[in-house]
Amino acid sequence: MTGGVGGLVASPRAWVAILVIGVLTYGIRLSFIYLFGRIDGVPTRVQRPLRYVPPAVLAALVLPDLVTLRPSVAATLLDERLIAGAVAGAVAWRTENVFATIATGMGTLWLFRFVVFG
Amino acid sequence: MSDSVLDEDLLAGVRDVSPLILGVAPFALVAGIAAVDAGLGLAEAVGMSVIVFAGASQLAALDLLGENAPLAVVVGTAVVINLRMLMYSASIAPHFADYGRRLRAGLAYLLTDQAYALSVAEFGENPDRSRWRYYLGAAASLWIVWQIGTVAGVVLGAGVPDAWGLTFAVPLVFLALLVPAMKDRPTTVAGVAGGAVAVVAAGLPLNLGLLVGALCGIGAGLATEVAGQ
Repeated sequence: MTGGVGGLVASPRAWVAILVIGVLTYGIRLSFIYLFGRIDGVPTRVQRPLRYVPPAVLAALVLPDLVTLRPSVAATLLDERLIAGAVAGAVAWRTENVFATIATGMGTLWLFRFVVFG
Repeated sequence: MSDSVLDEDLLAGVRDVSPLILGVAPFALVAGIAAVDAGLGLAEAVGMSVIVFAGASQLAALDLLGENAPLAVVVGTAVVINLRMLMYSASIAPHFADYGRRLRAGLAYLLTDQAYALSVAEFGENPDRSRWRYYLGAAASLWIVWQIGTVAGVVLGAGVPDAWGLTFAVPLVFLALLVPAMKDRPTTVAGVAGGAVAVVAAGLPLNLGLLVGALCGIGAGLATEVAGQ
């Protein structure tokens, strides 16, 4: 995935992305810390949907990396990534620990990739 | 002005944040590895960690940059992920209201999930604490760990063969953040719907599946909340 050409092309794109994301993110962080006194908190109409941003976005980021509908659902159900993801999900649920989740997820992936399927 | 008292507040922040370092360090490592995988060099990786300094959005941006998604999609996704900080900013703002603009501008730069959660809890329990020193102790520690971890990740990521699938750590990090985010019925529905729709919509052009999934998830969460009232 990381070809020489990709490296050359990626760089200015990446810097533009970094700068724009950075400026907008800083604006979000600064918003109320800077404006406090002029606005009385976040309006309820904004607050309510914001509550669902973390679970919705995170799930939309994770799931397509673990399951794909192509070529077939059956094939993907046997995929090492889904198995490793399921094990890591169980660990995340039990421990709520980032390190434990990464460690068991990677460990399971390697177990299936190098031992079981390898 | 007694230095020992002032230092104590700063050190209390450092001390209280230290158990969280164990979770943040591997996350930072993954951000460095993901940067290499997306075709970025050390300068870009560190630049991103310094300028953006928000893990989940960095990983999402790197993922999309690696897939050559349009810049608008990369930026839009990252910014949406960081919108939750609007809540943190509003919530912590009263504690910083007495400070000058320059100090508040600096404190805002360091705002993260962990620094916010830790500080607001401490301010509630311990009103005598120097707000900015405690917060600075916690937030700056996280900043330093994040930068070191990113550099280590770039070095490590460049030296490990592809077969190890180190980038699989990216969805694992999101998974570790996702599970505690699904803490009640509406947030769980938001996660399940967002993930399911994103899987179905994965074939859409411009990586729009992610955005469609996220929006459906948010809508499903709101609908569940309304239905439960």
